[in-house]
Amino acid sequence: MTEQQEIIIKPGMGALHYWRDLWRYRELFFFLAWRDILVRYKQTAIGVAWSVIRPLATMLVFTVVFGRLAKLPSNGVPYPVMVYAAMLPWQFFANSLAESSNSLIDNANLLTKVYFPRLIVPASAVIVCLVDFSISCVVLAGVMAWYHFVPDLKVLLLPAFLLMALLASFGAGLWLSALNVKYRDFRYVVPFLVQFGLYVSPVGFSSSIVPESWRFFYFLNPVVGVIDGFRWAILGDAFPVNWPGFLLSSVLVLLILAGGVWYFRRMERTFADVA
Amino acid sequence: MSNVITVENLGKKYLLKHRSRQDSYVALRDVMSEGAKNMGRRLLGRAVPAGSRADQEDFWALRGVSFEVKQGDRVGIIGRNGAGKSTLLKILSRITEPSTGSVRIRGRVASLLEVGTGFHPELTGRENIFLNGAILGMARAEIRKKFDEIVDFAEVEKFLDTPVKRFSSGMYVRLAFAVAAHLEPEILIVDEVLAVGDAQFQKKCMCKMEDVSAKEGRTILFVSHNMGAVKNLCERVVLLNRGAVEAIGSPADIIQKYMTPEISTSELSFENAFDRTGDKSVSFTSVSYVDEHMRPVQVACTGMAIGIVLDYEVAAHANYSGLSFEVGFYNLSGELIFLCGNSFSGQAFDNLPVKGKMYCWIPSISLAPGLYSLNIYCGYPGQTMDWIQNASHLRVIDADFFETGKTPPNNAGMVWVPHHWEVG
Repeated sequence: MTEQQEIIIKPGMGALHYWRDLWRYRELFFFLAWRDILVRYKQTAIGVAWSVIRPLATMLVFTVVFGRLAKLPSNGVPYPVMVYAAMLPWQFFANSLAESSNSLIDNANLLTKVYFPRLIVPASAVIVCLVDFSISCVVLAGVMAWYHFVPDLKVLLLPAFLLMALLASFGAGLWLSALNVKYRDFRYVVPFLVQFGLYVSPVGFSSSIVPESWRFFYFLNPVVGVIDGFRWAILGDAFPVNWPGFLLSSVLVLLILAGGVWYFRRMERTFADVA
Repeated sequence: MSNVITVENLGKKYLLKHRSRQDSYVALRDVMSEGAKNMGRRLLGRAVPAGSRADQEDFWALRGVSFEVKQGDRVGIIGRNGAGKSTLLKILSRITEPSTGSVRIRGRVASLLEVGTGFHPELTGRENIFLNGAILGMARAEIRKKFDEIVDFAEVEKFLDTPVKRFSSGMYVRLAFAVAAHLEPEILIVDEVLAVGDAQFQKKCMCKMEDVSAKEGRTILFVSHNMGAVKNLCERVVLLNRGAVEAIGSPADIIQKYMTPEISTSELSFENAFDRTGDKSVSFTSVSYVDEHMRPVQVACTGMAIGIVLDYEVAAHANYSGLSFEVGFYNLSGELIFLCGNSFSGQAFDNLPVKGKMYCWIPSISLAPGLYSLNIYCGYPGQTMDWIQNASHLRVIDADFFETGKTPPNNAGMVWVPHHWEVG
């Protein structure tokens, strides 16, 4: 027959089998993401279009408000392209945060009836946002073609920054989803965080306008490193990366991720009882 | 045969919060600082000091549960609502963690705790088969291989591309069970999910479970309130009561034990009964039920023997003779199903003791499963001594009356009669 491995269930236990189970249930990552995407498209007529409209619309608003009216500098690159290059990772991060923080609660029926490593749930929420991200990438290519802007070879480093964005959103998502199960307040904290973050992160402006004295606090925002990296990779040396700041952001991302995994695993055993 | 599941001293504790009874004056400053401190502690998962837990109570859903299951066993788990059956299954399925004790499991476990776990109403039947299979632990390749079998078992071939929200509840259950049945786990845990679904489907599921166990040597844990199904499928039954194992044994013994209460609380006294008339020269003090061995029971089974015990008292110091006692069984719609009375069953009693019990023996009660209410009467023609309406309620259940393991339909009449069919 099949494996005859013994599993021992005891209070406080679970860590041993967990990582093996994550591998065994690996297909579930994609199945849950597939389900969410399918459902989204089944219910709306413009489901696919939404992934295109949202970033484009925000880009338009930002161009008008910050580019034309406030006349924030764009370092020689067409303002819409600068905004869009930053919007890409920001939208990904914001959506991942929103989706994954609610993922556990939305799947509460699964949590109380079936066993599978719960880490899969917020992870699949992030994967759904990845799909949106790829669609937005195509739109970015379109915008760049419109402005006859050709990126240099640094664009090949984009996957590295994408990885950082993934880790950042997954880490934050783990924290928020676990907290949200027990303290439903966090459901309201997340939209506020996203709103606030949009103005504190270099989406509408570039990091170069931040004064020296504020730099340290500015870089404590983990998303800053990601967005700067994206901008630099896509737009080139007009937007140099402040490497010490970038390092600070990266370290923070890793800390949040590690902390997130720890907290999530710790609270996981109570999900079925509390959800 | 080795042990496939070993449960040792398993316990599960929940915390129940109670609203504190006294809302005495507390300074807001103190409340806020205490709250902030506790919040910090809770966020880190550390224990909150006992002082603030005055209004919490420990509730042990399971305590000291131990048993063993060998490979290929078919074990039934029965008990009243709240006995801890679902909690036990959740722990065995690793959905929740135990508070004490341990469980050793060898082999893959698949649990069917709810029908259609993970089904999304917007997705079609075909998509939900893949989704449900993946959630229950099947690989995509495996699902594809068994797809046709699953559709065949569920008999939903025509509806594969319709969103599941349009399915009838029967189709829904069939599809859900079909996916779970083809899981090929070493251990299959089934919670009371088969209650939904018609008799033909239930039979199909039971047969499939029997096949899976007998032919393929898989172990089954089956929780149900349907005693007939339990008796038919299981070789061993575990009786849970208030979180502890009360007994483990053969289906017949344990089911009988399930129906007998722990303490004789089946007696009802009705000094303040509403519908009561009569001059009370002789009055009833309580009604209870016994089986043919004089053991008290709270529940009757269709077709089994039952005795109705009427405790009575004579008011004046007199020994009555030729009294008429009657017991009427009514259904919930108030219709009289049958009447038992000694005046027409041919027994007369002389010189009744001043205080005693009257037994009405029914060798084989034909009432269909349900809830019935009793009216009791005693007196002479023209003189009612005590007549109580709704003196007692009797629940009748099916303990496999027809000995087929199948439950007859719900509207099979007010009474069930033994019968058989022949072709001629």
